[in-house]
Amino acid sequence: MNKVKIEISRCKGCGYCVDECPRKAISFTGIIGEKGYDTIKIDDDLCIACGSCYRVCPDRVFEILV
Amino acid sequence: MVLKAPESIISSAGFCPGCGHGIASRLVGEVAEELGIQHKLVTVVDVACCSFNIDYWKFDTIMAAHGRDIPTAVGVKHTRPDSMVMAYMGDGAAYSIGMAETIHAALRNDNICVIVINNSVFGMTGGQMAPTTLPGEKTATSPRGKDPSRYGTLSGVELLKHMDIGYLARGEMVGAAGINKCKKYIKKAFEHQMNGDGFSFVELLSPCPTNLNMPPVKAKTFVHEEMTKYFPVGEFIDKGGKI
Repeated sequence: MNKVKIEISRCKGCGYCVDECPRKAISFTGIIGEKGYDTIKIDDDLCIACGSCYRVCPDRVFEILV
Repeated sequence: MVLKAPESIISSAGFCPGCGHGIASRLVGEVAEELGIQHKLVTVVDVACCSFNIDYWKFDTIMAAHGRDIPTAVGVKHTRPDSMVMAYMGDGAAYSIGMAETIHAALRNDNICVIVINNSVFGMTGGQMAPTTLPGEKTATSPRGKDPSRYGTLSGVELLKHMDIGYLARGEMVGAAGINKCKKYIKKAFEHQMNGDGFSFVELLSPCPTNLNMPPVKAKTFVHEEMTKYFPVGEFIDKGGKI
């Protein structure tokens, strides 16, 4: 079950979530997204659903489900 | 813990990657929904980057003339005293072109909320030197760094902290902890307006990666390490509170 839902079309690749994640579960994919920037992905095994990515994201990419 | 973006935000705004405006706009939406005031909140935005919020929020929003969103908000509050009114602007509007309006609204202690996004430069016009630019900081109009012997650095909180106003705080939109504190400050500002305590002023330090010519994460570090030296964060006035 996914802990975090990502709305990748909103991502502008600022990297705040990658920098902020306490478990280093978020990384860049190298795939250019809809807005023309590098996008991110989450490793669900490492994720603890702490919500840090939701709080730091300026573009409302994340939704914490659990 | 289920966390979902507020429903009062309806579209994707055109802010640059890493801009603090996106965070501040979301915090305003979250606070409005938590307090249940989204139907009676009237927001007044300024002309610069914050004007993108006119397409971003579901609230009734007015775009005022540049630097004049505080008097516009005061007018809305006088004609509709039951509505919650918030003026949302950048440091250029609050401390440069709209300085007189900011000071006199504080002197009159008008019962409105003001949220100022301080990014230390004039963002929309291309990163020129602002009153809030730090000494030695390189901008488009100070390519060798701001000369502190010629130009001072203005702290809005220092100006307002001896006045008789309802609430005064400054937060930094850096990291989850800093952003949570900013949300707490915005919420308190709205609560002070509900209690009729008067002028509630919250300044939020924001990264501006485009005009600081830095990658977003480096701009965030700049805010946390450099800007907070000149602009200390915390609560300064809390009428009826603990401070």
